[in-house]
Amino acid sequence: MSAGAKLVTRATRASRAAAVAGAIALVAGAALPWWAGSASMRLLIEFYCFVIMAQMWNLLAGYGGLVSIGQQGFLGLGGYALFALANHAGLNPFLCVPLAGLLAALVAWPSAKIVFRLRGGYFAIGTWALAEVFRLILANVSALGGGSGQSLRAMASIAKSTREPAAYLIAFAALVCALAAVYLLLRSRFGLALTAIRDSERASESQGIDTEFTKFWVYVVSAAGFGVVGAIYYMNILRISPNAAFDVSWTAYVIFIVVIGGIGTIEGPIVGTLLFFVLRETLSSYGSWYLIALGAIAVVTMLWFPAGLWGALSARFDLHLFPVRRWLRQVP
Amino acid sequence: MVGWIDTVIQGVLLGGLYALFAMGLSLVYGVMRLVNIAHGDFILLAAYVALVFQGAGLDVAAATPLVVAVMFLGGYVLQRGILNRTLGKGLLPPLLVTFGLSVVIQNVLLQIFSADSQALRAEALTTASLRLGDAIAIGWLPLGVFLVALALGFGLQWLFARTGFGRALRATSDDQETAQLMGIDHRHMYALATALAFALMALAGVFAGMRTSFTPTDGPANLLFAFEAVVIGGLGSFWGTFAGATLLGIAQSIGFRLNPGWGLLVGHLAFLAVLVLRPEGLFPRTR
Repeated sequence: MSAGAKLVTRATRASRAAAVAGAIALVAGAALPWWAGSASMRLLIEFYCFVIMAQMWNLLAGYGGLVSIGQQGFLGLGGYALFALANHAGLNPFLCVPLAGLLAALVAWPSAKIVFRLRGGYFAIGTWALAEVFRLILANVSALGGGSGQSLRAMASIAKSTREPAAYLIAFAALVCALAAVYLLLRSRFGLALTAIRDSERASESQGIDTEFTKFWVYVVSAAGFGVVGAIYYMNILRISPNAAFDVSWTAYVIFIVVIGGIGTIEGPIVGTLLFFVLRETLSSYGSWYLIALGAIAVVTMLWFPAGLWGALSARFDLHLFPVRRWLRQVP
Repeated sequence: MVGWIDTVIQGVLLGGLYALFAMGLSLVYGVMRLVNIAHGDFILLAAYVALVFQGAGLDVAAATPLVVAVMFLGGYVLQRGILNRTLGKGLLPPLLVTFGLSVVIQNVLLQIFSADSQALRAEALTTASLRLGDAIAIGWLPLGVFLVALALGFGLQWLFARTGFGRALRATSDDQETAQLMGIDHRHMYALATALAFALMALAGVFAGMRTSFTPTDGPANLLFAFEAVVIGGLGSFWGTFAGATLLGIAQSIGFRLNPGWGLLVGHLAFLAVLVLRPEGLFPRTR
């Protein structure tokens, strides 16, 4: 190779270090039930749920340009799938988690056909209206407890010593799958198409990218992620009701996490979730002031620091932990 | 049978309120392609502002012009100070900023007024009704709201079609740069458009607060009704929006009559049905 040749690289020094750290975290995370108490397991399950949701929403809005305010619809459906299948069909609750994701994806299929008729801002409100439809339908199903909801009776027969580690490991597995899926997806041809759509939908269309097809699949994958989270979260809580499961606050938190952390990156949602939990654990006693502050921080971030916390860090230090880009480097 | 006629009439009148909700949304979208996710929360905020004036001893009739003035100014400042910054930077900034505002408003209201439900007192106006035969009674308040919405609809049409201000707004919306060359300050025009929308929302909020009681978390429902009216009627078509609002009102009131738990659901389903069968809306603007 002659001097001055260019080489396409995909890894950086930071990303190799991150891969090592990730491998250590993988082992530590998987072994956690053997050394951590049940309170920390419960908190971590919730943390993993938010990381998964933030990744899924980021995939939609940060890459696909689909700003949805209705992802709580799929979270609620996933949660209700768990209760319906475990309580009423007698299935093993743990087995219901992937089924909940599948069901959410199946519902997302026709839903996409409807809400994709709306564009931009009206798409956002349309997804919200759809989530309200799901909520109102389930509030009218008396077999599932109607408006007051029901408890996960199927869990009563499983001993606590089995239940807690199993729920934790399922949540951890879902997290690893979600992160791996998003990472591999963004590194693939599909991800290249998606990144192109993020930067300019019209230009990517002119390059032959089937934007409708790409967006449709992003929507379905994201719905599946929220469905899985719904099942995991409500397996942890053991009680579901339509108003809680289909609450728009779910999507609100996730939007704040992604915006503050850094939209359009894989690292941003993780950083955002960490910050969200730190703020929540320290400020939650202030009640609605905490939410006012969170909303205000998100507004300020969007107006003056649109790249978010991670965007600022990665621009300052050229830091990329999940390298999904291609760099052209000079060969020495 | 008479009962059903009554249901439809009540639905049409409810539609008048939804038309008022929808006008502001449609106006802001039409002029600057901005979708204000906090639209419903600002409508609700107007009701709370009216509540504060009532607490200070004013009756509704005296408080309403003040609420409209406060919201007009608030809308101008909001657009000039914050929302103008989000325009022209793609899809995300306006949506996420207004969504953040929505959460902030809800929680500020919760902090100040608690989660208890409130209502605006309007003495005899809320109960007085016009009797048509034995079974049908039309409340003066819903009828008045409907007529005000209709009149404002005509007023807006006239404003946009016939006045210099309307022309300037349309010009800014069609081609901002050329309008600027003609000496129109687009930031000022956008702020005026939002201020006008907020004045309409102020009236909508006061009327809604007189019709039913409200809590700090009712804003998003207002947004959804406004949005559904716009989509059912067809984007960009003023009378379409009015018809869409009326249909939404009728669907909801039929739903409530069938089963108290179904009212909102039937309204949403009517919206989805239109979206599936006629995505351009029932009365799209033809030009």
